[in-house]
Amino acid sequence: MEAVLLAFILTLSVFLGFELIAKVPATLHTPLMSGANAISGITVVGAIIAAGADLGPWSTWLGALAVFFATVNVVGGYMVTDRMLSMFKKKDSTSGGDS
Amino acid sequence: MSIEVLGSVYIISAILFVFGLKLMSSPATAVRGNMLSSVGMLMAVLITLTSKEILDYRYLAGAAVLGAVVGVIAAQRVAMTGMPEMVALFNGSGGIASLLVGWAALYGQESSSFTLVTILLSILIGGVTFSGSLVAWAKLSETIGSGAMTFSGQRVVNILLLLALLACSIAMVVDPGLTFPLVFVVIGLSILLGVMAVIPIGGADMPVVISLLNSYSGLAACAAGFAINNTILIVAGSLVGAAGLILTNIMCKAMNRSLSNVLFSGFAATTKATKVEGEVKPITADDAYLILEAASSIVMVPGYGMAVAQAQHVVRELGELLEANGADVSYAIHPVAGRMPGHMNVLLAEANVPYDQLIEMDEINPRMESVDVAIVIGANDVVNPAAREDENSPIYGMPIINVDYARTVFVLKRSMASGFSGVDNPLFFGENTRMLFGDAKQSLSSVIAEFKS
Repeated sequence: MEAVLLAFILTLSVFLGFELIAKVPATLHTPLMSGANAISGITVVGAIIAAGADLGPWSTWLGALAVFFATVNVVGGYMVTDRMLSMFKKKDSTSGGDS
Repeated sequence: MSIEVLGSVYIISAILFVFGLKLMSSPATAVRGNMLSSVGMLMAVLITLTSKEILDYRYLAGAAVLGAVVGVIAAQRVAMTGMPEMVALFNGSGGIASLLVGWAALYGQESSSFTLVTILLSILIGGVTFSGSLVAWAKLSETIGSGAMTFSGQRVVNILLLLALLACSIAMVVDPGLTFPLVFVVIGLSILLGVMAVIPIGGADMPVVISLLNSYSGLAACAAGFAINNTILIVAGSLVGAAGLILTNIMCKAMNRSLSNVLFSGFAATTKATKVEGEVKPITADDAYLILEAASSIVMVPGYGMAVAQAQHVVRELGELLEANGADVSYAIHPVAGRMPGHMNVLLAEANVPYDQLIEMDEINPRMESVDVAIVIGANDVVNPAAREDENSPIYGMPIINVDYARTVFVLKRSMASGFSGVDNPLFFGENTRMLFGDAKQSLSSVIAEFKS
């Protein structure tokens, strides 16, 4: 039953994802991609559990390594996306501090 | 921390991810969207840290701090021209993290066959994402040749790899006693498969590969979510998986090719395009200046060459001078110009070109005939009329920006070598085409100097 429930969640999320992204203009494709990439770093949650749940030395070490990589992905991804997005300015918006 | 509270916070995180992605649909709200999405991530991480499952914080904290430092440095140091490589590397680190989470899940309690299958999937997809992204990075940074790398029997090797992976997986599910020797084989084969999948794909097809790997990194997180029974991983992972697939599809459409054609065409022999012959008409910077000075509508068409020459700032400078001169200036962007989706837009935004001047292909083409001068800056295939006219051309059918319909076309080009796909471009021989040979940045600078003198 649990598996069916999870599959249900998966299906709905995929459809939601399609609906959300279909409307993104071409101008924002790169930030969208790197922003989505940062979200895929959600694996960090799984990594934290693996590293912290005390399931033995292997799990702890692999988990810690996973935490490292996933954190690079999350922190780097969000920051670089923010850096890119803050460059997109409308015409005549002076200094662009408003967005 | 009860499981209900944990679940509720995960729901809030999911809502923030969804809203974050929704706000990405306009440049005016996108910064806020990204911020919301990162708050969602922070909440999911913090609530997980306080859950009662977490007993030992030592290794965890060290790894997280180290990862954050590396992430911050990478994000601040990277130049906008290096963005495709950076995205590939971040993708790869997400992939390896999912692989490791799947692997670590094997050491938990007794797993059911279903869980075992999802663990294997997260290792497989994570491994392919990881090594595929590294190969993509190496190609983008020209650490290895960016062309398609093929050898005879490549297809057979790939099929054997897949069969071996399948066999190992079945053996593990049937007899869990075999898990520990075999999981290492699965990890190794997955990583090998990622390498084999990306090496036959050429540089010009990189926008497709990058979007596809982006999708995989989401799917890997999703599979890891199944492996450890975690809903937020499934929701966030599948959102990303869907996003990546949509981008992949947009990129394929922009090249008029199917996904399988992009992924496997490195194996197929390319058709010979009709040889175009003709005389190119070179032009000097001062003649170019005279024409531009008299023009009232100008369209700039950037391509990968602009990124290579780092010419985005001089492009913007020329654009501003032309506007000051009374001309109407816009920038026409092909969806697959450059090495990743939206590559040109980011570079021009960096150079302070307002985003309302960036025009999509479908919008500019109908007005092309009223354009006085189209300036092609380091683009080739995306403006190649052979895609429209020559049925034998390998890029036949690909939608292009019809610069040849403009009254005059300037093509900035280093020399007369053919573009990335090795296709001859009849545009260069066009009646209304003038070639401005030399480094794009230098050519533009000399035109700018004429304007200022």
